[in-house]
Amino acid sequence: MPAVRGDGMRGLAVFISDIRNCKSKEAEIKRINKELANIRSKFKGDKTLDGYQKKKYVCKLLFIFLLGHDIDFGHMEAVNLLSSNKYSEKQIGYLFISVLVNTNSDLIKLIIQSIKNDLSSRNPIHVNLALQCIANIGSKEMAEAFGNEIPKLLVSGDTMDVVKQSAALCLLRLFRTCQEVIPGGEWTSRIIHLLNDQHMGVVTAATSLIDALVKKNPEEYKGCVSLAVSRLSRIVTASYTDLQDYTYYFVPAPWLSVKLLRLLQNYTPPEDPGVRGRLNECLETILNKAQEPPKSKKVQHSNAKNAVLFEAISLIIHNDSEPNLLVRACNQLGQFLSNRETNLRYLALESMCLLATSEFSHEAVKKHQEVVILSMKMEKDVSVRQQAVDLLYAMCDKSNAEEIVQEMLNYLETADYSIREEMVLKVAILAEKYATDYTWYVDVILNLIRIAGDYVSEEVWYRVIQIVINRDDVQGYAAKTVFEALQAPACHENMVKVGGYVLGEFGNLIAGDQRSSPLVQFQLLHSKYHLCSPMTRALLLSTYIKFVNLFPEIKQQVQEVFRQHSNLRSADAELQQRASEYLQLSIIASTDVLATVLEEMPAFPERESSILAVLKRKKPGRVPEAAGDVKEGKGAPAPISAANHQAAVAQDGRGSPQVHNAVSGASASASASADLLGLSTPPASHPSAATASAPGHMGVLVDVLGDIYNSSTTNASGTASPTPAVNQQQNANNNYDAQGSYNPKKVSSPSSLANKLNLQLKPVEPLLEAGAQVQQLLNAECVEDYTGYVAQHLIYNVLHISDTPSMIITFIYNNVPQKLTVKLPLTINKFFEPTEMNGDAFFTRWKNLGGNQQRSQRIFKATQPMDNASTRAKLLGFGIQLLDGIDPNPENFVCAGIIHTRTQQIGCLLRLEPNKQAQMYRLTVRSSKESVSQEVCDLLAEQF
Amino acid sequence: MMQFMLLFSRQGKLRLQKWYVAHPDKLKKKITRELITTILARKPKMCSFLEWRDVKVVYKRYASLYFCCAIEQEDNELLTLEIIHRYVELLDKYFGSVCELDIIFNFEKAYFILDELLLGGEIQETSKKNVLKAIAAQDLLQEDEVVEGALREIGLL
Repeated sequence: MPAVRGDGMRGLAVFISDIRNCKSKEAEIKRINKELANIRSKFKGDKTLDGYQKKKYVCKLLFIFLLGHDIDFGHMEAVNLLSSNKYSEKQIGYLFISVLVNTNSDLIKLIIQSIKNDLSSRNPIHVNLALQCIANIGSKEMAEAFGNEIPKLLVSGDTMDVVKQSAALCLLRLFRTCQEVIPGGEWTSRIIHLLNDQHMGVVTAATSLIDALVKKNPEEYKGCVSLAVSRLSRIVTASYTDLQDYTYYFVPAPWLSVKLLRLLQNYTPPEDPGVRGRLNECLETILNKAQEPPKSKKVQHSNAKNAVLFEAISLIIHNDSEPNLLVRACNQLGQFLSNRETNLRYLALESMCLLATSEFSHEAVKKHQEVVILSMKMEKDVSVRQQAVDLLYAMCDKSNAEEIVQEMLNYLETADYSIREEMVLKVAILAEKYATDYTWYVDVILNLIRIAGDYVSEEVWYRVIQIVINRDDVQGYAAKTVFEALQAPACHENMVKVGGYVLGEFGNLIAGDQRSSPLVQFQLLHSKYHLCSPMTRALLLSTYIKFVNLFPEIKQQVQEVFRQHSNLRSADAELQQRASEYLQLSIIASTDVLATVLEEMPAFPERESSILAVLKRKKPGRVPEAAGDVKEGKGAPAPISAANHQAAVAQDGRGSPQVHNAVSGASASASASADLLGLSTPPASHPSAATASAPGHMGVLVDVLGDIYNSSTTNASGTASPTPAVNQQQNANNNYDAQGSYNPKKVSSPSSLANKLNLQLKPVEPLLEAGAQVQQLLNAECVEDYTGYVAQHLIYNVLHISDTPSMIITFIYNNVPQKLTVKLPLTINKFFEPTEMNGDAFFTRWKNLGGNQQRSQRIFKATQPMDNASTRAKLLGFGIQLLDGIDPNPENFVCAGIIHTRTQQIGCLLRLEPNKQAQMYRLTVRSSKESVSQEVCDLLAEQF
Repeated sequence: MMQFMLLFSRQGKLRLQKWYVAHPDKLKKKITRELITTILARKPKMCSFLEWRDVKVVYKRYASLYFCCAIEQEDNELLTLEIIHRYVELLDKYFGSVCELDIIFNFEKAYFILDELLLGGEIQETSKKNVLKAIAAQDLLQEDEVVEGALREIGLL
């Protein structure tokens, strides 16, 4: 046990030794619990403890807390110690409180009283103890209680220097909690003049305070600039012996120098030529000193000296007004790039990033490009490599872009995983910003996907598509390049996405070549189809329907793919919907209609790259703004506003409105945003790019029923329903997303089922602003059971009006009345309430409902793979309760539910018996009403 | 402004923690745990600075102890290293070639010295002499009290 200094507490030392000698964590916990029990009994005991004992126990508690255990008592004893007349006891009390008392404790009033007493003590050591406690806790109550006292202490002539120092920092802490504590007026000048104080410690502390005050009120404290410059000047010209103990390893007052240089960075360069001249002299002196041979070999010397130097360079960059100083700073940092100290290389790279953004030093920074590239490749520490990447990004311009991008691409193959994603973003931004030849840009992005596909975020590939679509000079090249890239045996899914999109739009540009004939393109894409996620498959389906338009000769093959069960009956609602819609579209629509609907995507409106936003989000404050300017891309097409777009669309008016309506459901969300981002994950927005491009298309104007269609497709496919089956009532949200200003005249829900289904719509405002979104709540109450969903492949085919609940939206846009008919996903099963019951209850009811009037049975062949999990999902999605472990045959599924209508509640039992050998199902539904059994059976039989 | 300072051993045991920003205990523990793991995983020749969440972390190892500070974006990393060094020098002077055990057994002293050097996350006194003077004055007060107590006990006061 080492010697204990001062007035040692033996008991504490013994306890600490015990803890250290514990062989295991359990033993330690045991020892601690024993001690806690002991202390608790001592504190609760009748015997009054003397100050020493209290101190000792409080100290033990503190130690236990620092070991990571929670302490929930002892606070009162600690507060008692504050008023002890023994300093050592008082001090421990304060320590406990600083570490353990949270700011809203009930004890705060008592604590404040004790602090008040100590603050008025004549002993400066007591005063400082009180000040330290205030600074450590720094709560609002403290600010209120001592807001008057402390400023007085700070500027009073009688206060000792040590107290002034503490008072300055204490006030700073309170100011951070509560900005009102600082009195204005005459105090301002008195606080500023602390910069002239004789005592270096006081000046150092005061500078921190002033820096914070200046940030809040720069005008009021402007006077500090000239004082700070004078003070700085005196320090930098001082010999290291002048400042005695404030010289640190031969560097005069490094802390104060850095604080002063920091303070000056709150202001623009001084206007007064005298002050400005003096400041520049200081900065030059600091730069000169950096060139002098070191006065000591100790790292402390070099650190302190360079700390001042880096802060001076920061100020030079901040002022950005002295080209000479900026270039000198750059050269100095350049030297550091090859220093053997990793820390210096790191900081030099970081500072250079800022220098690269100044017009005066940008060229000077570029001279170091080779070294920086080497740093990126060779540095052992990833954080240094990261800095090198940042600097390359910042120093990149037209002249060196190709080289830097190439080097970054090369490095990316071996780069650390932690920085890859960010590097990908940076390469993508640079390639776009400095592309003079867009074939280069396309190559770079495809290389990115090839090298680091997993790290290529959606924004990156969205962007390349935006650019290819907007620039017709690069479309043919892009088609050719992606086609080649796709031939690689293993290519990244992102490549398939870009490939799918680009070929769907521009595949015709390379179709003349036998090696990339329409069929070859189609087969190449489709060879990847089964390896891709549903989202990519959805995109590819859109590509295929575009192929039907571009290459009528392969229509047959494409239709076959749509017809495949894995698509048409896919468990994924989005794929199912697309496959069925596209199939219908390819069958029904005439060539003209098809050509219109599937016309080439219109150019995207010019906009800032979304990639940049991602980078900014990733690294707030670390993306140089200068590099952020991506709008200067040469020869970009004139911005096309959304409004123009629609005007053109309205005049155009080709194509039959029916077809437009027919596809509007699927494309609504995608088209409303007219944005590649609309390609994002289904079903939030449908990536039906093909239909989105259709001119004269209602969807461009309104985004209707984004949500409701999710549930409608869900219903059709029978997967888990997002719409909760609320008792008796169904809620659905309608989203209206207006892109042009338009006038919805009427939102109504006529239904041939009016007497069976009670639909209520909350009215919406008569006029919608452009871009506004309105949500409309639709309440549906089932009055009486109904039938109403014809075969699923007819869902969106308006040519067959079926007897299903639907909604007609009429509105006026550009003085032309518009009409949208939208089916509502309201089948009878939406009114199910799942019902739990045990086996006995189930079979008793099952038998009771045995009559022919109540039973409905269908035996049918499986049209989709008979797998257990998806069957369960479908049944659950149907809204009925799945009852496990009831049927004697574990292969069978048994369900129960109640359909709520206004007039009656209809109990409904269901049993599904799969026969895997025969690939057949037998579905039996029993309910108290024949029509319901029939309907439920019909609805569900479609799903398997 | 410094946000917090942590002292921990090579085995990852926390020896001292000083927080200059208010965080709930749970968050403090989480930060401590994550940071200790991060730093212990770093190799000796690596840079002493790292970007961590929204703070800059500056750390240095002295014998078996790591000293680690979290500072804000505008703070000076190199000088923070020297704050650490100054603190080590003070501990060393006070305890006489300080070792980890001194800090374990006299943790309260380590706190008192730190409070003289830094206050509210800002440097208060950079002069080694002045800090030691302040600590010596505290010890003197204590010793007087001990003497006074002893005299009182034997009835001389």
